[in-house]
Amino acid sequence: MNEMVDTKAKAPAKPAATEAKKDGRKVRGKPRNRDLGNGVYRFSRTRMYHKKALYKFIGKKTEKTVKPKKPVTIEKKIGGDKNGGTRLVLLKKRRKNYPTADPVTVHHAKKTFREHVRRLRPTITPGTILILLAGPHKGKRVVFLKQLRSGLLLVTGPFLINACPLRRVSQNYVIATSTKIDLSGVKLPKEVGKDEYYKRTQNKRAKKEEGDIFSTKKVDYKPSEQRKIDQKTVDTLIIGAIKKHQDKKLLFTYLSAMFGLRSSQYPHRMKF
Amino acid sequence: MPFKRFVETGRVAYVSDGPHEGKLVTIVDIIDQNRVLVDGPAANIPRGQMRLSQLHLTKFRLRFPFTGSTRVVRKAWSDGKIDEKWSESMWAQKVEAKKKRAALSDFDRFKLRKARQVRNKLRTHAFLKIKKKSRKGTKAAVTAPKPGAKKPAAKKPEKK
Repeated sequence: MNEMVDTKAKAPAKPAATEAKKDGRKVRGKPRNRDLGNGVYRFSRTRMYHKKALYKFIGKKTEKTVKPKKPVTIEKKIGGDKNGGTRLVLLKKRRKNYPTADPVTVHHAKKTFREHVRRLRPTITPGTILILLAGPHKGKRVVFLKQLRSGLLLVTGPFLINACPLRRVSQNYVIATSTKIDLSGVKLPKEVGKDEYYKRTQNKRAKKEEGDIFSTKKVDYKPSEQRKIDQKTVDTLIIGAIKKHQDKKLLFTYLSAMFGLRSSQYPHRMKF
Repeated sequence: MPFKRFVETGRVAYVSDGPHEGKLVTIVDIIDQNRVLVDGPAANIPRGQMRLSQLHLTKFRLRFPFTGSTRVVRKAWSDGKIDEKWSESMWAQKVEAKKKRAALSDFDRFKLRKARQVRNKLRTHAFLKIKKKSRKGTKAAVTAPKPGAKKPAAKKPEKK
């Protein structure tokens, strides 16, 4: 009981300060009871009854404070004989006009591919060895270099080891292994890290006036000289990084070997 | 051949399924045909019922009464040195090997494959050598040496 009195004596001092802060509104204190989990509370109903000193309020009835009603209308005197003398007028006037058509709602603009958020699996970091699952190089183990603006992964064999050139691949068609090469010191040539570098150039059809439409034949892809030079520079960089790995000898054979599943191997149960 | 391992008080069992998978318990009492009362003081498994289909019986058996409390069971367990005996058993070693194999990464699997190739090469080479020798010496003597008995022993630790 003594405690109760003490807290009661202290209590008014503090809330007074907080009340003043929040422009006159009453601020509630912290609840004395708390949920222990599973809907079990620290204090029982009886304990709370004593804590709150509810016995003090039993049988008492607080009177309702009657708020004075604000008038909605006002009676105005009207001149003229045939006008009835007075009229009830709304204090708050109704709107004078209403829209004839629904307002035009502004739709948010659709994002273009350029603006899409690019995500990357956390297991894929620069230097991670990936297993390609699709495309002409499927089954090869390659080194991940970086993610390009388009969201595709820039990857290289290196070409010298397993004949996989600098390529863009989707991360959906790739298994990330836990083996990593330290590429922290490696700086790629600037051009190589751009999407445009890898775009295929389509040769246009001849115009109708000029000869046969079907005269242009399909040309096989051949890497340009610039590409070959870039590939060589990147290869030397990556191979230099591989050489720093402690298992470098096996890592070379690992990268040159193809990935495959043997009997009773299930990729969803395996660790990579 | 008669059965050797019975569902009985004191029988140590390997939990093959459920939340306690891979731990050892001992049977305290039998509830019915399918369930037993089980206690695993060494693996921190509280006393409770377990389905017999989740238990695989081991060759170990402890001696304590079926009314024995966890304290009694714990004492019997430590006195019986079950944990040591278990870790020495072939079964436990196989479980351990299986776990290791499952935790292998792609590169580790590759390394293992390469190591095995090297070992097998050595082994066949040694075998063929001995075979040739025996043929040269006496055709009648059929003392064909067993393959894989000699060389692999040195290389085996690599097998993980």
